[in-house]
Amino acid sequence: MNKSAQKVYQKYKKSQLKIAKYKEDLYRASQYKLMWHKFKKHKVAQFCLIFLALFYLISILAEFVAPYELNERDKENLFSPPMTIRIYDDKIGFTRPFVYGLEKSLDTETFTYQFEEKKEEINYLKLFVKSPEYDIFSIHFNTKLFGLENDKKIYFFGTDKFGQDIFSQTIYGSRVSLFIGLAGVIISFIIGSILGGISGFYGGKIDEIIQRVIDFVISIPQIPFWMALSAGIPNEWTGIQTFLAITVILSLVGWTGLARVVRGKIISLREEDYVLAAKICGATNTVIITKHLIPGFLSYLIVHITLAIPQMILAETALSFLGLGILPPDVSWGSLLKEAQNLTLIAEYPWYLIPCIFVIVTVLAFNFIGDGLRDAADPYT
Amino acid sequence: MLKFILNRLLVLFPIIVLISMVSYLVIELPPGSHVQTLIDNYERDGVHVEEGTKKMWKAQYGLDKHIFVQYLLWMKLIVFEFDFGNSFHYQRPVTELLAERIPRTFGISILVIAIQWLIGIPIGIYSALNKYSIQDYIFSFIGFIGLAIPPFMFAIVLVYYIFVTTGWAMTGLYSPEFENLPWSFDKFLDLMQNLSIPLIVLSTSGAAILVRIMRGSLLDELKKQYVITARTKGLNEYVMLFRYPVRIALNPLISTIGWILPATVGGEIIVSKVLNLDTTGPILLEAILNEDMFLAGAIVFILSLLTVFGTLLSDILLALLDPRIRYE
Repeated sequence: MNKSAQKVYQKYKKSQLKIAKYKEDLYRASQYKLMWHKFKKHKVAQFCLIFLALFYLISILAEFVAPYELNERDKENLFSPPMTIRIYDDKIGFTRPFVYGLEKSLDTETFTYQFEEKKEEINYLKLFVKSPEYDIFSIHFNTKLFGLENDKKIYFFGTDKFGQDIFSQTIYGSRVSLFIGLAGVIISFIIGSILGGISGFYGGKIDEIIQRVIDFVISIPQIPFWMALSAGIPNEWTGIQTFLAITVILSLVGWTGLARVVRGKIISLREEDYVLAAKICGATNTVIITKHLIPGFLSYLIVHITLAIPQMILAETALSFLGLGILPPDVSWGSLLKEAQNLTLIAEYPWYLIPCIFVIVTVLAFNFIGDGLRDAADPYT
Repeated sequence: MLKFILNRLLVLFPIIVLISMVSYLVIELPPGSHVQTLIDNYERDGVHVEEGTKKMWKAQYGLDKHIFVQYLLWMKLIVFEFDFGNSFHYQRPVTELLAERIPRTFGISILVIAIQWLIGIPIGIYSALNKYSIQDYIFSFIGFIGLAIPPFMFAIVLVYYIFVTTGWAMTGLYSPEFENLPWSFDKFLDLMQNLSIPLIVLSTSGAAILVRIMRGSLLDELKKQYVITARTKGLNEYVMLFRYPVRIALNPLISTIGWILPATVGGEIIVSKVLNLDTTGPILLEAILNEDMFLAGAIVFILSLLTVFGTLLSDILLALLDPRIRYE
């Protein structure tokens, strides 16, 4: 054999080995590895995952990202319209991002202030500007992510009737709105998986009772029930207490869906041969449940949880929108939208609706991720 | 069949008792009572209320007794005299306040469910038959958006949009000029025009869910062997489709009725608050904000009761249609 043939042969052998290794990896890969692999093919879902992770990061660092304090009012700029960030000016041409200054004038017919862009005043955007001191997780900070040069005010989404920056308010509101979904789902998950698990695993009378309770909870119209329960939250409670109370109220109904999924899966897995084999080998119930049953349906549970979070977010938005959930001085997306009930107000200042876009985008993202996970969790596709 | 209905009625009884207890809990939940608020208000204005008068007021509303006794008294009045107590705020019997509003809430909810089915099922079938086509993607996309928009925001944006484009602003169930007129064809048309907005808003998300369920279950059915057998035997495609797989694919939809009705009633309550419809929504919110708890509790009780009966009715209808449910 000459040298070049030998080289080709060795290359061939290497690639064969690689394929064999790949096959073995595939064979040995855990269910989650396979799921993750499939999930990565779902580009939209992956994009949404990154996007939401960013959203959550921003909400945790709200004080840093939002240019103004929670409830900070600017009496000079009530109902200021959203400012557009530009990179092109007629005189200068292309330049770094800037906004035009706003000029306020009184409309003598309607007695409202009108804002107009002043083309001669150019305020450049600046990253990491100095600000009054504030704490995140008891660490002192004195810079904000961005601001304008010369201490000018910036209002991305405009201001409301108190002169509060809607962009900052939306960022602060995302803390409540995003985390109420997570917290609510965790509580529902705990109640749902315990009751659903007991119901499915033991069957018989306990199953019957738990099923009737679930039927009962589902048959009550949730929204009036939630509304009535939130009337029971005392006014003097702090923001955190109210937040927890609302989470519990939402979870009181939310657990039923999870309990049904868990029960259904356990019943179908309980009859499998491998469970019987484990029983014959003398495995205890705890071992069977934790080692053999739960891994079997955890993927379905994850899908269900992902799809339950947006429902919670929407429910919180609805309650706060009606004035029954988060109340001032705390903000959530729902409480920000409360003002938008007034049609004449929206007609005049449409930027009041901007927080709604955040609700829609977040819910959409969760739904897409849930969809991607569902496809990934299904071994038959 | 009779046994099935009797069985269902038997299960219904404890559920009704539970619902009544939960509703009473709702009444008792807010700290303090209306009488206490009344006394506080008097004392804030500098009027001294005698201990005896306080006791008398409390006795009048049964507040001096144990909570369970209070609950039984409340139930006794409802069962024997159909009296849900008085609204503190309106100073009128609750039954009188709700007599008109609750049928409206349910009327709208049932219409909404009918529309959801009329829209959702054909689109679901179409999407399944043309899966991964452009139309399928468009419907899926609209469905996703429909699920993500909170219905109350959708209502506001829709009213705003219609107002901006056509200059017609929806003000309530009836336009002002028809409000006090007797029934006529014009009034009916006006009602339909005003109703169209809540119906569109409320049907969207439910229809989106129905499309997804229908599409998924029909796709599962179309893979099965009996479909292939029917095709190889030369059965007309549409006859085959509607006689077998579509009928089977409808089953998961049918089992959703149990939770669609409560969800729709709940959605209707919020949307009618936003759109200013004279249904239970605005009055419930007002009652809760005023701590007018007898009214609020009665609304929760009646709505839950009617929902449970609605679900029962649909269960019986389904059992008539599908023998498998009867023998489950």
